[in-house]
Amino acid sequence: MKSAVIVFPGSNREGDVLRALQSAGSRVEKVWHAETELPQGTDLVVLPGGFSYGDYLRCGAIAGRATVMDAVRAHAARGGLVLGICNGFQILCESGLLPGILMRNANLRFICHRQFLKVERNDTAFTRAYAKGQAIDVCVAHGEGNYTADAETLKRLEGEGLVAFRYSDAQGHITQDANRNGSMNSIAGIYSDKLNVLGMMPHPENLIEDLVGGTDGRGLFESLVSSFPRAA
Amino acid sequence: MKARVTVTLKNGVLDPQGKAIEGALKSLGVEGIDGVRQGKVFDIELGTTDKAKAEAALKAACEKLLANTVIENYRVEIA
Repeated sequence: MKSAVIVFPGSNREGDVLRALQSAGSRVEKVWHAETELPQGTDLVVLPGGFSYGDYLRCGAIAGRATVMDAVRAHAARGGLVLGICNGFQILCESGLLPGILMRNANLRFICHRQFLKVERNDTAFTRAYAKGQAIDVCVAHGEGNYTADAETLKRLEGEGLVAFRYSDAQGHITQDANRNGSMNSIAGIYSDKLNVLGMMPHPENLIEDLVGGTDGRGLFESLVSSFPRAA
Repeated sequence: MKARVTVTLKNGVLDPQGKAIEGALKSLGVEGIDGVRQGKVFDIELGTTDKAKAEAALKAACEKLLANTVIENYRVEIA
């Protein structure tokens, strides 16, 4: 399996996600945002966390219109996998690959803490290593993670099972307390219509080593790698 | 030619920053303010003197980048 991690000016989590992918068994290449093509044979595109373009204008707005995003859109249209984490999720929303937008956190504070997520479904390329309904322990670090969409979009996301993760307590219960940024329906991550694009605010790549406090994030990268036959 | 683009949140979209500013004004004792919504202003220099061309360029700028039309409205004024 081959992954391409896109690097924008101001990305800062590309190294962590690269390491998470490599330790799950993927080959990984970093790709600069000004490129017009993805590396030959790219299976997965990752938009990492950070503060692309200093969050100027709106988070992810300028990166969402970068040259490389045309290639990412074409990859997604072919059914290729795309994962956006944190700023990457904001970029996916701004680029039109996912609906809705991430607004300023409802309490206006940058939040940075450990966070449980409920895995809504485990039949996608991103979550097959988890159990349906499992609460996974990852972390969040963002100022603009308040997922907002119009009523029609929200109804469609819920009706078609496109909510990937919700903020939950350790038992997987969706509570108001667990939803610290004020997201509609406690949404922490969503899929595209064809389930091949995932955007999520929390950072699974932070929790892949016992040394740093947990390994619940590993499942996401292992799921992705297990979706592809091993290269000979 | 100069233009001013104003981007504002659509009605019904929560604006926590506007709310915070509203609260700060109250705590400063500024009276008579019922609500605050925060927006953005862009002052733009245009290289053309053709008004129709300017309008087209500004519309494209707003639709492609300056506003996220999921949550924002924009208004263009050409000086």
